[in-house]
Amino acid sequence: MSLTTRRSRLAASALAAITAVGGLAACGNDDEPAAGEKPSKLIVETFGEFGYEELIKQYEKDTGIKIELRKTAQLGEYRPKLVRYLATGKGAGDVVALEEGILNEFKSNPRNWVDLAPLVDDLSEDYLPWKWELGKAPDGRLMGLPTDVGSLAVCYRKDLFEAAGLPTERDEVSALWPDWESFLETGRAYQEGSGGKALIDSITAVSDASLFQQGDDLFYDKENNIIADTSPAVKAAWDTAISMVDISAKAATWSPEWSAGFKQGSFAATFCPSWMLGIVAENSGEANKGKWDVAAVPGGGGNWGGSWLAVPEQSSYHEEAAKLAEFLTNGTSQVEAFKAKGPLPTHLEALQDETFLSYTNEYFSDAPTGKIFGESVSKIEPIHLGPKHQAVKENAFGLALRAFENGQASEDEAWQQFIKDAQIQGAF
Amino acid sequence: MSHSTTAAPPTPAAPPPPGGTRKRPRRSLAHLDIKYSPYLYIAPFFLIFGIFGLYPMLRTLWMSLHDWDMIGDRTFIGLDNYTRLLSDDYFWNALVNTFGIFALSTVPQLLLALFLANLLNRTLLRAKTFFRMAIFIPNVVSVAAVAIVFGMLYQREYGLVNWLLGFVGIDQIDWDGQTWSSWTAIASMVNWRWTGYNTLILLAGMQAIPRDLYEAAEIDGAGQWRQFWRITLPLLRPTFIFVVILSTIGGMQLFTEPLLFANGNIIGGTQRDFQTLAMYMYEMGITNLNSAGYGAAVAWALFMIIGLMSLLNFVLVRRAAK
Repeated sequence: MSLTTRRSRLAASALAAITAVGGLAACGNDDEPAAGEKPSKLIVETFGEFGYEELIKQYEKDTGIKIELRKTAQLGEYRPKLVRYLATGKGAGDVVALEEGILNEFKSNPRNWVDLAPLVDDLSEDYLPWKWELGKAPDGRLMGLPTDVGSLAVCYRKDLFEAAGLPTERDEVSALWPDWESFLETGRAYQEGSGGKALIDSITAVSDASLFQQGDDLFYDKENNIIADTSPAVKAAWDTAISMVDISAKAATWSPEWSAGFKQGSFAATFCPSWMLGIVAENSGEANKGKWDVAAVPGGGGNWGGSWLAVPEQSSYHEEAAKLAEFLTNGTSQVEAFKAKGPLPTHLEALQDETFLSYTNEYFSDAPTGKIFGESVSKIEPIHLGPKHQAVKENAFGLALRAFENGQASEDEAWQQFIKDAQIQGAF
Repeated sequence: MSHSTTAAPPTPAAPPPPGGTRKRPRRSLAHLDIKYSPYLYIAPFFLIFGIFGLYPMLRTLWMSLHDWDMIGDRTFIGLDNYTRLLSDDYFWNALVNTFGIFALSTVPQLLLALFLANLLNRTLLRAKTFFRMAIFIPNVVSVAAVAIVFGMLYQREYGLVNWLLGFVGIDQIDWDGQTWSSWTAIASMVNWRWTGYNTLILLAGMQAIPRDLYEAAEIDGAGQWRQFWRITLPLLRPTFIFVVILSTIGGMQLFTEPLLFANGNIIGGTQRDFQTLAMYMYEMGITNLNSAGYGAAVAWALFMIIGLMSLLNFVLVRRAAK
């Protein structure tokens, strides 16, 4: 008798201990400061390279607020961190960089983010209008201030073009492909001249570029219903991508074949958002310096990536954090960031800035990348993306195209696969 | 612990201590010590298990009964997630993949380990320690490094495997583009990493078998093969059950190898050719923010499958050895 009671008491106290620990973990962070109090420290949370190091030092000097820059190298590691912060209600920085895909996804729960509109000046006229609009959540709150944009260009190998008997000057190359049909023709010509080699890395690279040129709803309509199966824009991008299968090296972006392909020259051109230039240079190595150049993308503009700065609701200093985000995204700061690490400005003044426009890239045969990308920015069409755009694009659209490209599925089977997976990946 | 031998058992019949009541507190302290300190000694394990093992498990169970958005709302929906699981093609696909890769890795691996262990157990073998060490080395290499190197070996265009196959006239194989080839590639990573480990455990089991049994068998005229079949295998049974169950648990939870083989894509191939259950759980529970409850249900399904499989293994191996 006494044994059982002792046992149950022990079990009870063990359970109590466990729940106490659990409870401790659950609450916490109750030490909200009084409103208007000056923060001792603000944390800026970014992934990759935003080029904020010098700007932050300047802001510290101007305001006397200490600022910590917390960087995560890979976007893939960054997203789970943010999710953890939001799920547990603590840990996030005061100013948080949100990449396009993440922003769209987080928009379904806008309550996690501070409405910046009342905290900053009216900036709605200062940025690329579509970029500004994308920063708003469905409930109307201003979730993020625009940082950069991933406008598109084509990176191409001059030496390989020359060997295949194609022009090599960037203006002439740009003139080769005003649209996708002529791009395909160029691919065929390259194939003939090079003895059957592929012009581009993969057809998913084509679809990534052409999706954003349609200027129409993609996987979601304005009410966020999934329209993947009926959207004419999606079908058009699909058809464009499918048509390129003969001139593709079938090396999916980020795969080992793709990384190795830069050195091996298994493709002579790829689609380059501005942030991709560094990756192309790294994969190709010092030996290929000066062999790459940058031309315009077929079919006009296009966008791949880009970010916003937001303030999480859990931050203790909404007002000061918003001021800091405003500073980091203003025109002067965007030019400074571009000079430091290369993210393309979205602030209208920055896009007109002389330093920006005259910038050239040494690795890419001194191509005037500032001018090329700057022009490409102005051609980007505003598009409503919807909450799980990124997941549908990568795990339904992209994978189905790759299944077709690898010969695993016929075009029809691949399309059916895409329709089915779009429903699953797009649910929210 | 010395108290337990010296101190008298705390019976009410014990004679009153000389010198009155002054000694009483000390005695009851000793009494407390004997009775409760063992619990204190084992407490760290149970505390840590409770916090990092039991609590997350129960929490996952709780999550699996909800429509749970990781960063938003949650509503109680009872067993709906589990009913959905039964009619989910991709869940069954992941289950088939897991079992396929499991079969391709565990069966050859254990047979090879048995063979190697028997070889290393020979009394006449030279440089025994060297071989025993060498066979264990793959297990010390980080799983990510293994997966990345194997991923390079299995590359389509510039991979070593396709290059070697080219000499015998076999066309380039797109290793991650089909079911059978991707399963084989992943199973080879698992085999490479775990064969040595299992060999060592089996070897330890073999060495626990008394030598005189073999000597007696030899006098009776039993050959090597007969000795292995009649003495080694039956007496190795408990060790073998242990190894099989460990491999089952590991095989069912396979995650890192297929994930890195897919270049980090959680879908596992363009047509989910090699997405394992653990990957599907991660896709639903963590990659997709809004289906965390469903992911938790997948986790519990996986838990139950592992439990069932271990039980089945236990029974089968037992019966086979009889």
